[in-house]
Amino acid sequence: MNQQIEPVTGRDLFRQHFEEVEDRFSSNGQSWFMNTRKAAFARFTELGIPTRKDEAWKHTSLNPFNEVEFRPSDVSDVDSKALLEGIVFHNWKAHRVVFQDGQYSEGNSAINNLPKGLTIVSLKEAFSTHREVIEEHLASYAGEDENEAFVALNTALHEDGLLVMVEKGVVVEDPIHLIYLTTSHAHPSSTHPRTLVIAEEGSQLTLIERYAGEEGSVYFTNAVSEIVLGENAHFDHYRLQDESPQSFHIGTVQIEQGRNSRYRTHAISIGSRIGRNGIAAHLDGEGIECVMNGLFLTQDDQHIDNHTRVIHAQPHCYSHEVFKGILDDHSSGAFTGRIIVKEGAQKTDAIQSSKNLLLSDDATISPDPQLEIFADDVKCTHGATIGQLDTDAIFYLRARGIDEQSARGLLTFAFANEIIEQIKIEPLRDYLEAIIARRYRKGAL
Amino acid sequence: MAIIEIKNLHAQIEGNEILKGINLTVNAGETHAIMGPNGSGKSTLASVLAGREEYEITEGEVLYHGKDLLDMDPNERACEGIFLAFQYPVEIPGVNNSYFLKTAVNAIRKHRGEEEIDPGDFLTLLREKMKLVHMDDKFLSRSINEGFSGGEKKRNEIFQMMVLDPTFAVLDETDSGLDIDALKIVADGVNEFRKDPKKAAIVVTHYQRLLNYIVPDFVHVLVDGKIVQSGGKELAFELEDKGYGWIEIEPAPAHA
Ligand SMILES: Nc1ncnc2c1ncn2[C@@H]1O[C@H](COP(=O)(O)OP(=O)(O)OP(=O)(O)O)[C@@H](O)[C@H]1O
Ligand SMILES: [Mg+2]
Repeated sequence: MNQQIEPVTGRDLFRQHFEEVEDRFSSNGQSWFMNTRKAAFARFTELGIPTRKDEAWKHTSLNPFNEVEFRPSDVSDVDSKALLEGIVFHNWKAHRVVFQDGQYSEGNSAINNLPKGLTIVSLKEAFSTHREVIEEHLASYAGEDENEAFVALNTALHEDGLLVMVEKGVVVEDPIHLIYLTTSHAHPSSTHPRTLVIAEEGSQLTLIERYAGEEGSVYFTNAVSEIVLGENAHFDHYRLQDESPQSFHIGTVQIEQGRNSRYRTHAISIGSRIGRNGIAAHLDGEGIECVMNGLFLTQDDQHIDNHTRVIHAQPHCYSHEVFKGILDDHSSGAFTGRIIVKEGAQKTDAIQSSKNLLLSDDATISPDPQLEIFADDVKCTHGATIGQLDTDAIFYLRARGIDEQSARGLLTFAFANEIIEQIKIEPLRDYLEAIIARRYRKGAL
Repeated sequence: MAIIEIKNLHAQIEGNEILKGINLTVNAGETHAIMGPNGSGKSTLASVLAGREEYEITEGEVLYHGKDLLDMDPNERACEGIFLAFQYPVEIPGVNNSYFLKTAVNAIRKHRGEEEIDPGDFLTLLREKMKLVHMDDKFLSRSINEGFSGGEKKRNEIFQMMVLDPTFAVLDETDSGLDIDALKIVADGVNEFRKDPKKAAIVVTHYQRLLNYIVPDFVHVLVDGKIVQSGGKELAFELEDKGYGWIEIEPAPAHA
């Protein structure tokens, strides 16, 4: 009789991973961090992989994820030049940092000309060279609630990632282009990229954080970014999740904002079979501005779940959040946006909206705005819309000679463009426009 | 030469018959005015000619240059030279006017087997036509009809007509709500179009006033889905004076 070997998955699988890679963490000058890793892993074990019974995961089933026996990603020597060719932007000045299968790839990076006051160093190295910074900040912010289990898993298992520091008053002209790339493996692989950004008082920085992988490959990315903005710091963030359509992506971004600081993000999700996008900002000072623009495009049987949390902890802060979804085929999406206004956070001005376009009768979206307001002198608005393409508009365009497919493409693009036109990085805008043209206009124009 | 021949056209929507046997032939060089009470089916006729798919054609046919019009997609009709100035132009946020027009112009050129328009020539064309309808440059980067006043929307329809250069235009109440200055601008545009003897137009209006500026060759009265009276431009004066009541009791001509 044949004995079926049950695959090891979920919590047990990651226990195996932890045991397997533990040795690597106790050397390389990072043994001092081992206790944090162990505590985080214990927390993960306690929480387990979330299920739909967890309030914060009610819109997302991780069953397909739980069926895959991922391996910890090994150091790969795959030549990713060709893959990167379609990802990097040409004729564009940026400090490029590439991680391949979780490991810093010096050959693909270009960070030799850093301006004074900007530090870019791989986390693995930073454990020795910037121990104090890491001790103070790493794993100090992220994972308060929605994505807690995965943040804990990342803290326990991350092998590498990036530390970015901008000194007081330094304005970094060229953006940082951070690419986490996954190549294809014989077995489904997994990585836990970790990013830490510290922007000191009065500094200014633009970061493009990209997640990409080889088409057709099955893998798991569990990314966590922690961003600390000092007083009056300005940070422009672009997060582009463009993973392989067969992958699983759980992303968490935590922003700690100081007085008068300004954070702007464009969170764009295009790839992955199941994607989770958690962004939380803690507005802990007066006069803060926090802008979150989101765009997610789903097709086939993709599922993208967005969770945002904006905590107004102090008076006179402004947050503005617009998330747009375009859902096609059998795909589904969710948007849960929480605005929490703490006691005493008077004169808070918070706007949130979720706008969704369903391109097929089988696509679904669950918008879920949540306001928790504990101050009385505030201005908070939220709204959610779900709609199809306007048939009157389609007819109007067709009556001018434009064929139906192109008319639909044009209107779909117009919907996305409210977000895209706010992107200040021209090659990124072009890249997204091309993706949208390919997807929705199907080459008709 | 007939540009359009409408023969015994019946159309319905959601089971309600709106057009109940329309007969109308428009020859090259002619302008026909259609008047009639609210809800009589004027816009329905215009929409059916432009190809709105919600209407079901239950009887009759429409020939355009001798070809079966009802068999063509709306965009194909536009490419073949049919233009509808909408009674209620649609606002389309996020699609800017110049991009839209370029797409439309190139779709039409492609249909004719011509190359895409040169961007410089295109801009010159837009500027020239914009001047004629008194629209300023800012308009090009604005979204289609978004936030336009009623008058601006109507002028934009005429502007699009000028840029797309159709053969047969149906103007559905392009004069409604316009003050006299805007009305003259619209009329000038239509008269410019009419100069070409190969072209033809149907002008739908409620007001005889427009017909002082766009003098029609024929006036038809549409009541309850049928053309009940046809005549020369003087018919419009009579309608203005007496309303539609007197017509309905007279027998409709067998074929208008
Ligand atoms: N979707 C629909 N379902 C049912 N009836 C409709 C629908 N759309 C239009 N109608 C009806 O068709 C009739 C003709 O409408 P149409 O818009 O063609 O009139 P019109 O002559 O253009 O009127 P107006 O002068 O007010 O513009 C009206 O009675 C209208 O209520
Ligand atoms: Mg009408």
